[in-house]
Amino acid sequence: MRYLPLLWAGLFRKKTRTILTLLSVAVAFLLFGLLQAVETAFESGVDTADAKRLVTTARYSIIEPLPISYLRRIELVRGVAGVAHADWFGAKYQNESNAFPVFAVDPKRYLDMYPEFVIAPAQRDVFIKTRTGAVAGKRLVDRFGWKLGQKLPISSEIHPKTDGSLNWEFDLVGVLDADDPAQRGNTDLVLINAAYFDEARQFGKGKTGWYIVRIADSAQARAISAEIDRLFVNSPDETKTQPEKEFAIGFARQIGDIGALVTRILAAVFFTILILTGNTMAQSIRERIPELAILKTVGFPDGTLTALVLAEAVLLLFIGGGLGMAGATGALPVLNGSTGGRFPPLFVSAGTWLLAIGIALAVALAVGLPPALRARRLRIVEALSGHR
Amino acid sequence: MRWLTQVVEITFLNLRTIPQRLGPSLVVVVGIAGVVGVLVSVMAMSEGFRHTLASTGRNDRVIMLRAGSDAEMSSGVERDQAALLAALPGVARDAEGRPLASAELVVMVELPRKGETSPNNVPFRGVQPVAFAIRDEVRIVDGRRFERGVREVMVGRKAAQEFAGLTIGSRIGFRDSDWTVVGIFESGGDVHESEIWADVEVAISAFRRRGYQSLTAKLADGADAGVTAFKDSVSRDPRFSINVLREPEYYARQAKVLSNLINVLGYTVATFMAVGATFGALNCMYSAIASRQVEIATLRAIGFGSLPVVVSVMIEALLLALLGGGVGGALAYLYCGGASLSTLNFGTFSQVAFDFRVTPGLLAEGLLWALVIGAAGGLFPAIRAARLPVTVALRTL
Repeated sequence: MRYLPLLWAGLFRKKTRTILTLLSVAVAFLLFGLLQAVETAFESGVDTADAKRLVTTARYSIIEPLPISYLRRIELVRGVAGVAHADWFGAKYQNESNAFPVFAVDPKRYLDMYPEFVIAPAQRDVFIKTRTGAVAGKRLVDRFGWKLGQKLPISSEIHPKTDGSLNWEFDLVGVLDADDPAQRGNTDLVLINAAYFDEARQFGKGKTGWYIVRIADSAQARAISAEIDRLFVNSPDETKTQPEKEFAIGFARQIGDIGALVTRILAAVFFTILILTGNTMAQSIRERIPELAILKTVGFPDGTLTALVLAEAVLLLFIGGGLGMAGATGALPVLNGSTGGRFPPLFVSAGTWLLAIGIALAVALAVGLPPALRARRLRIVEALSGHR
Repeated sequence: MRWLTQVVEITFLNLRTIPQRLGPSLVVVVGIAGVVGVLVSVMAMSEGFRHTLASTGRNDRVIMLRAGSDAEMSSGVERDQAALLAALPGVARDAEGRPLASAELVVMVELPRKGETSPNNVPFRGVQPVAFAIRDEVRIVDGRRFERGVREVMVGRKAAQEFAGLTIGSRIGFRDSDWTVVGIFESGGDVHESEIWADVEVAISAFRRRGYQSLTAKLADGADAGVTAFKDSVSRDPRFSINVLREPEYYARQAKVLSNLINVLGYTVATFMAVGATFGALNCMYSAIASRQVEIATLRAIGFGSLPVVVSVMIEALLLALLGGGVGGALAYLYCGGASLSTLNFGTFSQVAFDFRVTPGLLAEGLLWALVIGAAGGLFPAIRAARLPVTVALRTL
């Protein structure tokens, strides 16, 4: 710590250069923070998956419905603690297709299945009792300015009512939220009452889209999945049951490997930063060779000198990186607010901070080591006589 | 004229000293190459996707969906309705007088990508035989068409490339039915090349559907007036609750969400990187003039003007930037050349495969970015070089 003033003086020997370098490091880490946040949001389905939940869909295509009668049969499988079901409504709101997902569910079963969704107990009871009731995620409610108790006019792109009309109306009776920011994006949906939906729709009666199965022991996930699928093998509606996490991974894979895309972009960014700061460090040490020689002359051991140069690189990366990451952390809540909840909430996770520290250290070592070794090998006489 | 000679002389002086300042100059080139490389690659992806959907469909063809549906997947057209729509007078007819309208079914089947195991939603389209007369861009490149009434499929070229198990002769199992792949087709690089095609009646029974989902028709009069007249005749007819869209209009709408998303990603990332690269360029140019301040001052002392100094520093910055832009563009071109990708199109919830497209326009855009960064990075150092009082600069000797 007592070397800090010396480090500081070395770092800001050429103010313009150091500030410009700091800013480019900061920009790189800002970009890192933002892109990692996008990736985190993208994979939130995978990260927030509950190991004790399975998803049962039609075997050959997720869009094929399953008979509602499967509910009782799945419930009877050993190790199954609870079953819920949901059906895709195909919502169109204010003329926008798929503005948000609407699921037709059995309210009690569904809310029990997802304890991470927070809803006031009174609202929950009303939702269970109201056939035309609906609950919506808090971010959706804020985005569209909905009020509790109002009618929600939502059309379906898929399901006409028995009178042929595609325009449905529900009563907003509750608001869903989640405590964990990683879960909040999962509440961007509207739940409606399947009993009412099934009775009022023109076709597809007696069917549902998929089942969610809670099991008592996550170690049994494979065995129970196989057991469920065996129940319906060779029936007209065969099933495919998999742990929620695998289901989420499969879904994310459909879009493609976003992780690889982000990694490639960031690799280009950090490679550039490496060249940039590496050059700055080398230049700065080159200019200071006489000074370093004097430090050696007055008795600084080689090790201390090496450490000083390395520490300078670390300081540079940590100040720049810290600024960038703080910028990303601070900017995202503002960004989330301004997109009006149209995208899943973005945030910088603790893991991203850790990764940033690791990258900053690695880059600091890569750019600091060559000049540090040069300083170590310095011969006092040559360095002082050479003047440069 | 003398002014120009001065510019040329100082510029050459500057350029000749670049080898002495290889490190900082390299920073400019690498920094800008990074920006341009990333920008062009991401935009090539967006451009490829947009191009695939934009080249789908013709202006004289319409797709008919149930009113209220924006995509085939969520639409439904009943059999009697399909027959009535096909018989409308606006629909073109072939030599034997049959209407050029194909009622179609689109479902999704799950297939893994090559070398992977997780399933993807691949569109499976059932078409009527007349579909080949309507979409005359469809060409069999290998094998043959499917036969009517048989569980045979032909596979789009991109689907065959991207997904596993779609070679001629292989059997694919979807929902208690087994299908044989009998042909590979291409359709001018459009979205249908990501699809699997079969006979619609066989598909309806295998997938246990009751009706069709869409109707694609060629109009007798494909001009704007003809299309509008046809749209009006359908919307006025009380028998129908059907939405008529020109094919290009329908497919462009499907491309919107995803290509906007990729554009936002590309430009955001490139902007941040450009800001970083500008700092790098500033750094380089400041150090360039710092190492030459004596020379510059000497030139000024013997009568060179300050404007030639500014211009020459700018030229150096722009040349380095151009070099960086060229390297970045070339890297993107090599990297994206022949690369293809399939992704989930949010508009249809099914896979679309497409090639990356590095167009001359994109490369030009990349070079423009490079020049802007170079100009921003060169300007302030250039002004400083010109402003530096001669006496102060010479005293540092």
